[in-house]
Amino acid sequence: MPSLIDLRRRVRAVKNTQQITKAMKMVAASKLRRAQERIMSARPYALQMQRVLASLASRVDPSAHPLLAVRERRPNSHTLVLIVTGDKGLCGSFNTNVIKGAAHFVTESAEHCRLGLVGRKGRDFFGRRGFDVAFEQVGLFQKLKFEDARESADIAKDLFTAGEVDRVMLAYNEFKSVMSQKVVVAQLLPISREEATGADPAYAGESAGPAGTVDYLYEPAPQEIFNQLLPRYVEVQVWRALLESNAAFFAAQMTAMDTATKNSASMIADLTLYMNKVRQAAITREIIEVVSGAEAL
Amino acid sequence: MALPTSLQLHIVSADRSLVHERVDEVEIPGADGYFGVLPGHTPLLATLGMGELWYRRGQAKTYVLLSFGFAEVQPDRVTILAEVAERPEDIDITRAEAARRRAEELLAKPSIDIDAEKARLALLRSLIRLQVATRARIRS
Repeated sequence: MPSLIDLRRRVRAVKNTQQITKAMKMVAASKLRRAQERIMSARPYALQMQRVLASLASRVDPSAHPLLAVRERRPNSHTLVLIVTGDKGLCGSFNTNVIKGAAHFVTESAEHCRLGLVGRKGRDFFGRRGFDVAFEQVGLFQKLKFEDARESADIAKDLFTAGEVDRVMLAYNEFKSVMSQKVVVAQLLPISREEATGADPAYAGESAGPAGTVDYLYEPAPQEIFNQLLPRYVEVQVWRALLESNAAFFAAQMTAMDTATKNSASMIADLTLYMNKVRQAAITREIIEVVSGAEAL
Repeated sequence: MALPTSLQLHIVSADRSLVHERVDEVEIPGADGYFGVLPGHTPLLATLGMGELWYRRGQAKTYVLLSFGFAEVQPDRVTILAEVAERPEDIDITRAEAARRRAEELLAKPSIDIDAEKARLALLRSLIRLQVATRARIRS
C-alpha cells in the first residue's frame, strides 16, 4: 500500500499538470479565434479563384503557359508533395493524421515522390526516414505571412516549370469545425479541369450548354493575364492550405487540452478517493492497536 | 439555348466576400478601360485596373471600389477576384481626403527621392475613393 505522503504528492502533481493544460487550452482558444477569422475570410477568394481556374484550364490549350502544361504520366515521372504539418505537438492526432495520409499517398504512388515539408513535425518525421526532400520550411506558424506561402509556391512553380516534377500535390489538415479536422490530399498542379457538366449545381441549369467549351476573350492579351493569374493562383492555394492548417492546429490543440484537463480532473477525483481510503484504513488500524493494547492490560 | 436574363455577380477580395447576388448589368474597370457586361456576354477574362465598378438591379445602382485583380465573365455570371474591394459605406472620407492632399503635395514639389509612380497611384486611389463615397451620399 502506497504511503499517504506519496499519494498527496501525486495529487499535487496531477493538479499542476491540469493547470498547465487548462492554460494551454485557453491560449489555443484565443489563437483559434484569430486563425479561424483569417481562414474564413480567405476562403471565398481561394474557392472562387479555383473555380475560375478550373474553367480556364478546361478552355485553354495546355501549351499556352508553362503552368498549364499537362504531362503524360509515366512510371518514372516525379511528383512533388507539399506536406503541411504543425510546428508543435500537444494537439491530439493532428500531425499524425496528416503524416499518415501523406505517407500513404507517397508509398502507394507508382511515381517517385519528392517532398516539400512545411512545419517542424513533418520535417522531423520524413527527414529522418530517408525520403527525397526537396525543401523544408519550419517555424513559420508563429507568425504566418503571405510571403511564407509565396516561398513554397515559388519552389513548387520552379520545379514544375523546369520539368523536374510533373505533378504537385498538397497535403494538409482542413479546418472543418472546431471539433473536426479533415486531411486533404489535393492536386495543385497541373490545374484540374472543370467537369464537362458545370461543377456548380447552382448554375448547372443555365450554363451546362455547349458554350462551356468556348475560349475566352482576353483583355489584355492571354499571355499577360496568364503571367499574372497563374502564379497568383498557386500562391493563393498554398496560402489557403497554410491558413487551414493553422486554424485546424489550434482547434485540435484546444480539443486535446480540453480532454486532458477533463482527464486530469477525473484522475484527481480517483486519487483523492483512494487517498482517503488509505487514510481511513490507517486510522482504523491505529484504533484497533490501541483497543487491543487496552484489552491486554 | 435561351439566353440568360440575369447575371450572378460575385465579388471577392483577398480578405472577404463582398457581393453575391443576381444583377441585370455590371460595369467593370478593366486594366485597359471600363467595359459593361449584360446577361449573355461571351466568356471573357480580364485583369482589373483601379476604378469603380457599378452593378444595376432593376433601377438600383450600386458602386464598389476595386483595385487590381481579375474578372471572369460567363454568359450567366461574373466573378471578380479583387486585390482590394470596398463598398462606399466602408470608405472613410476624411482619410481619403487626407491621402489625396498628401499625394498631391508629394507630386507638386519636384524631388528625386519620392517614388513618383507610387504617389501617382496613391492619388488615383484616393480620388476614386472619394468619387465612390460621393455616389453613396448622393443616393442616400
